[in-house]
Amino acid sequence: MKTNRYLLSILVDDEPGVLSRIAGLFSGRGFNIDSLSVATTAEPDVSRITMVTKCEPHIIEQIKKQLHKLINVITVNDLTDKKYVQRQLALIKVNAQPEKKADILRIVDIFRCKIVDVGLSHYTIEVSGDSDKHEAIVSLLKPMGIIEIASTGSIALAREQNGKA
Amino acid sequence: MKLTGAQILIKMIKAEGIDTIFGYPGGAVIDIYDAIEKQVGLKHILVRHEQGAVHAADGYARANQSVGVALVTSGPGATNTVTGIASAHSDSIPLVVFTGQVPTGLIGNDAFQEVDIVGITRPCTKHNYLVKSVDKLAATIKEAFHLARSGRPGPVLVDLPKDIVQTQVEFEEPSKVSLKSYKPNYTPNKKQLTKVVDLIRQAKRPVIFAGGGVILAQASGEITRLAKMAQIPVTASLMGLGAFPGSDPLWLGMLGMHGTYRANMSIGHCDLMLAVGVRFDDRVTGNIEKFAPDARIVQIDIDPTSIHKNIEVQCPIVGDCKAALKEILRLMDDQSPEAFINNRPEWLNQIAEWKSTMPLKYDQGKDIIKPQFVIEKLYELTKGEAIITTEVGQNQMWAAQYYHFDKPNHFITSGGLGVMGFGLPAAIGAKAACPDKLVVDVAGDGSIQMNIQELMTAIESKIDVKIVILNNRYLGMVRQWQELFYEKVYSSTNMENAPDFVKLAQAYGAKGLKCTRPDAVEATLAEGLNTDGTVVMEFVVDREESVYPMVPAGASITEMLLV
Ligand SMILES: Cc1ncc(C[n+]2csc(CCOP(=O)(O)OP(=O)(O)O)c2C)c(N)n1
Ligand SMILES: [Mg+2]
Repeated sequence: MKTNRYLLSILVDDEPGVLSRIAGLFSGRGFNIDSLSVATTAEPDVSRITMVTKCEPHIIEQIKKQLHKLINVITVNDLTDKKYVQRQLALIKVNAQPEKKADILRIVDIFRCKIVDVGLSHYTIEVSGDSDKHEAIVSLLKPMGIIEIASTGSIALAREQNGKA
Repeated sequence: MKLTGAQILIKMIKAEGIDTIFGYPGGAVIDIYDAIEKQVGLKHILVRHEQGAVHAADGYARANQSVGVALVTSGPGATNTVTGIASAHSDSIPLVVFTGQVPTGLIGNDAFQEVDIVGITRPCTKHNYLVKSVDKLAATIKEAFHLARSGRPGPVLVDLPKDIVQTQVEFEEPSKVSLKSYKPNYTPNKKQLTKVVDLIRQAKRPVIFAGGGVILAQASGEITRLAKMAQIPVTASLMGLGAFPGSDPLWLGMLGMHGTYRANMSIGHCDLMLAVGVRFDDRVTGNIEKFAPDARIVQIDIDPTSIHKNIEVQCPIVGDCKAALKEILRLMDDQSPEAFINNRPEWLNQIAEWKSTMPLKYDQGKDIIKPQFVIEKLYELTKGEAIITTEVGQNQMWAAQYYHFDKPNHFITSGGLGVMGFGLPAAIGAKAACPDKLVVDVAGDGSIQMNIQELMTAIESKIDVKIVILNNRYLGMVRQWQELFYEKVYSSTNMENAPDFVKLAQAYGAKGLKCTRPDAVEATLAEGLNTDGTVVMEFVVDREESVYPMVPAGASITEMLLV
């Protein structure tokens, strides 16, 4: 069966062990986590976990229900088929041979990225955007020689619909 | 009023209406044991192994329809509870297990007898807690009991650092439990229930499939009324035995790997399945692709994860089984009863034919005792009214097949996890909850040796249990698989080297009886059951008897091996 990419936004109690309960649920039941990002929210004692998972359509139902069953999980919002804004942050350290520098700067400019560190033979580029943008810029920079990448998981929020959040 | 953490613990357990707990002391819980000694009203049963404490709490919970409580020390005391907790988790049995822990200041330092029991039991508890402040103790205990018994029940563990139970604080009654992240949905969707009534009216070949959820929801009365009103035959999973009277003509027997011929055939041919409080375990479904191929399936369960997990259902209903059945019955009461039974005679005739051509059977000759015969006699002598606990293996299946349970909460077995060594401590727990009931552990010679030390608990606490050992000198169920699927290579299943069970019973102070001849079975049972105190009855049975029918792993449940 074909697998899809799902984006879940999960509100949890901000308590020790919650992340381990979620990670344990995924490993114990053989579900995949593609990326995960956790941080506090405006509400005290509540954290938001944004998770990307790839699986078959009938598995995502189980994933959502099993997540919801965890006592510390408050809500599970599947953003996949909704309107949402999504961001991912990456730092890409790329070879900057003198003859390639102009090309790199042009790519950085087109994608509205930033150069945050410059060395004798490398640039470190900061990219923020959705996963498509990340894939695109990585494929363009690859020929220059990517030295290292550090990337966060996706974070996302639903867009306002009909005046409601 | 100033109380220590230990005193608060006892107070909160009593407030839950619990009169008996099961446990084993150690350094980390020595203050709790001191407080137990200095109070009245809460009885503590000292087991001989912490696994026994949890199984006993499990037996207590099921027989009493309440929450079972176990108390153990840190480190090895805590790790010894894991099998019992995992078993209760598989069977959705409400337990609260209290474990001692090293003082908060030492946690994480690899202190003496420190283990991360909260980490270890995360996947096999409904929820668990490490209490880090005595101010939160009472509220945490209250929450633990609430979680254990509400929604889909299950075991909850509360880890108690030593300094927390030593500290004195001003006791404050905790407020009502309200969790923003936990609100089980008890009320089923009305529209779906109307649909169920339509489906029942249209069905020509309906079957009710009852599971442990029916017993937990105390809905066997409703299941029985529904079955009789619409003339729907009933089958059950191992966990559901007793949800519907085993002596009723509509009873099909158990379903699944060792289900009856007619139960498995009925599922194979039904056009409507009302699945209530079940989770479609692989031991029940066999090959999932070929399970109930012609049926529309209605599934009622309190736990949304049980629905669409293993099998697609056409009419899912999330909610309390009892509430859902009540509403279905109410909707049916509004219609003429004939509407529901019109289509039935042909289907019931077909089932009667399956029953008469392929009943459960065995041949009791003159010389060797058949294990099934022992269970049948046990059923007769106890008039089907005993609480039966079991060990695991063939003994468990024969108890399920040949003891016909008329009432819920009378069959107590480790269903989902299949823990050898469950039956004896569970019997002790059940008897502690129901002192006026006869409680019998149907055991195998292998399993009984896994928690045999609990005989001492029964003797010391004067909790009289009867143990029926079906001694086939084999790990019989494994041997059966080896016979059928491994060319009779009986690797590591021979149990001929065994203790003398009569002497072993006597060594603990119990009565021991041994029976080797079919004509003495009844007399031995009668003597054992009528003797006060704990009695071990050993029946030397046919070594190579197997449990039939049997659905080979991976086959459809209608493809049974028969005798
Ligand atoms: C703790 C544990 N270990 C191993 C098993 C695997 N197992 C299942 S049935 C069985 C044989 C049980 O033998 P016995 O108690 O003599 O029962 P019988 O099948 O002979 O009636 C075994 C080893 C188990 N279920 N539980
Ligand atoms: Mg045996």
